[in-house]
Amino acid sequence: MTEPKFNADSVPVLALGYRFQWEPAQDCYVLLYPEGMVKLNPAAGEILKRISEKKQTVGELIAELKAAFNGADLDDDVYQFLEEAHDNDWIRAE
Amino acid sequence: MTTTGSEQNKAPGSTGGEMGMNSQNHIRQPLWLLAELTYACPLQCPYCSNPMDFANIKSELTTEEWINVFKQARAMGATQLGLSGGEPLARPDIIELIREARNLGFYTNLITSGIGLDASKAQAFKDAGLDHIQVSFQASSEDLNNLIAGTDAFQHKIEMAKAVKAAGYPMVLCFVTHRQNIDQIEEILDLAINLDADYVELATTQYYGWAMHNRDQLLPLKEQLERAEAIAHRYQEEQKGNMKIYYVVPDYYEERPKACMNGWGNVFLTVTPDGTALPCHAARDLPGMELPNVRDLSIREIWEDSNDFNRFRGFDWMKEPCRSCDERFKDFGGCRCQAYMLTGDPAMADPVCGKSPDHHLILEAIERGREEAAKPAQEAKPLVFRNPKNSKEICGS
Ligand SMILES: C[S@@+](CC[C@H](N)C(=O)[O-])C[C@H]1O[C@@H](n2cnc3c(N)ncnc32)[C@H](O)[C@@H]1O
Ligand code: SF4
Ligand code: SF4
Repeated sequence: MTEPKFNADSVPVLALGYRFQWEPAQDCYVLLYPEGMVKLNPAAGEILKRISEKKQTVGELIAELKAAFNGADLDDDVYQFLEEAHDNDWIRAE
Repeated sequence: MTTTGSEQNKAPGSTGGEMGMNSQNHIRQPLWLLAELTYACPLQCPYCSNPMDFANIKSELTTEEWINVFKQARAMGATQLGLSGGEPLARPDIIELIREARNLGFYTNLITSGIGLDASKAQAFKDAGLDHIQVSFQASSEDLNNLIAGTDAFQHKIEMAKAVKAAGYPMVLCFVTHRQNIDQIEEILDLAINLDADYVELATTQYYGWAMHNRDQLLPLKEQLERAEAIAHRYQEEQKGNMKIYYVVPDYYEERPKACMNGWGNVFLTVTPDGTALPCHAARDLPGMELPNVRDLSIREIWEDSNDFNRFRGFDWMKEPCRSCDERFKDFGGCRCQAYMLTGDPAMADPVCGKSPDHHLILEAIERGREEAAKPAQEAKPLVFRNPKNSKEICGS
C-alpha cells in the first residue's frame, strides 16, 4: 500500500457519483455508482453508513462505532477499510 | 449500453456478488432497467442503434405507465435505471420521471445528446435527484459533428457539457467511433481535456439498427483502429488521475464475442417507448419474438414466464460449437441479434467468434468496408440518416 490517506483528523466522504443505501432485495447495504453496484458486508456497511450520513473525522467515526459495538477494538480494521475503499475510488479524504 | 464505471473485481468489504456477476447461486433479477422513453430525437446519427422502423412505433407510455414500470422493476430488485431513447429530454415529463425513479431508490442515469438541455434544467435534474448524466458527442470538430449528427448541434453540446459539470456532476462524455471520425481521436481527446471532462468513453459503433444499415460506411479499417488504440493508450497514461478514458475495441476485430447483456434475460430489461419489454434493446427485430407489453402483463410475468425472456436463457438452447465449448459460461455464445443478422439463425454462435463456422461473414463485412473506403467520395454509398422520413421510406408505414 502507498502513503496512508487517512488519519484521525481526516474527513472521509463518498466519492462524487457514489450513493449508499439499504437494498431490501439484496438484504444488505450497497454502494451504487454509474452502471454498477457493490454489495457491502455488514462491517463495511456500518462504516459507510456513517460516512454517508454526516461529515465527521475518522476519530469521531471510530468513537461512534465503538459506542455502537460495545467498545470493540476496531481502529485497525476501520483504517484498513478506509484505505482500501479509497483505492477503489469509493471515498475521498477531505 | 455503455460501460462507463466498469466493474471492480472483488473488493474489500464487498460480498463478492456484484452487479453483472453470474455466480452459481445467482438469483436472476432484472438489475438494470433501460427505459427508452421516446424515439423522438432532434439528431439523425447514421450510427444510431435504434430500430430502423422507429417511426412506426407509436403510442408512448404515459407518465403514470412509466412510473408503474419503475415501481415493478424496483420491487424485483432493479437498482440501475437508464433513461434513454431517442432523446429522453424530448419527454416533457422527464423531471417528474427522474424524481419518481430516485424516490423509489434507483440510481438514475440520463443518457442524452444534450439537445434540449440548458443550465437551469441541469440544475433542476440535480434537485430532482438525478445521479448521473452522460452527454454524447458525434465528433470533435463542429463540421464533422454536425455532419454526422445531421444537424447543427456542436456548440450547444459544448455548453451543455459545461453546464452538467457546473450543476455538480462529473462530466462524462461518450463518443461513438467509426470509420468517419476515428482518425480524429486525438482531437476528440484534446477536446475532452479542454472541457475538463472526468470520464470519456470511446465507444465503438455496435452494428444494430441504423448502424447495421450503414455498416459498409462505418466499419473502421484495421490500420485506423491500431492507430486509435495506440493514441488512446498514450492519453490514458498521460491523463492518469485526471481524466479516465475507456476505450472499447470493436468486436468485429476480435476472435471472441462480447458477453452480450451478461446473458439473455439475466440482468437486463429494456422497455421501449410503446411498452414492449425486451431482453436487449435490439431484440425487437429477431424472428419469432412475441414482444410482451407492460400494458398487458406485469414485469414479473414478463421476466419470469414470457417466451421471449426464456428463449435464450441459460445454455440449453445452444448449438455447436457453443454447446460443448468451455467458454460458454463466460460469453454466453455472444449476441443473439448479431447471430441472427449475420447468419439468419439467432441460436447460432455469434459469428465474431473464431470458432464459429460463420466467422467468414465478419471477415467479408470488413472486406466490403475496405472496398467502400477505397472508393472516391462520389461513388461511395451515402450514409443513411436516422430520421422519420428515412424510417418510413425504408420500412413502410
Ligand atoms: C441510442 S442513444 C440514446 C440517447 C441519446 N439520444 C444519445 O445519443 O446520447 C444511447 C447511447 O448509445 C450510444 N449509441 C448510439 N448508437 C450506438 C451504436 N450503434 N453503437 C454504440 N453506441 C451507440 C449513444 O452515443 C448514446 O450514448
Ligand atoms: S444516437 Fe443520435 S440519432 Fe440515435 S437517439 Fe441518440 S442522438 Fe438520436
Ligand atoms: S464457440 Fe460459442 S461459447 Fe465458445 S467461445 Fe465461441 S461463441 Fe463463445
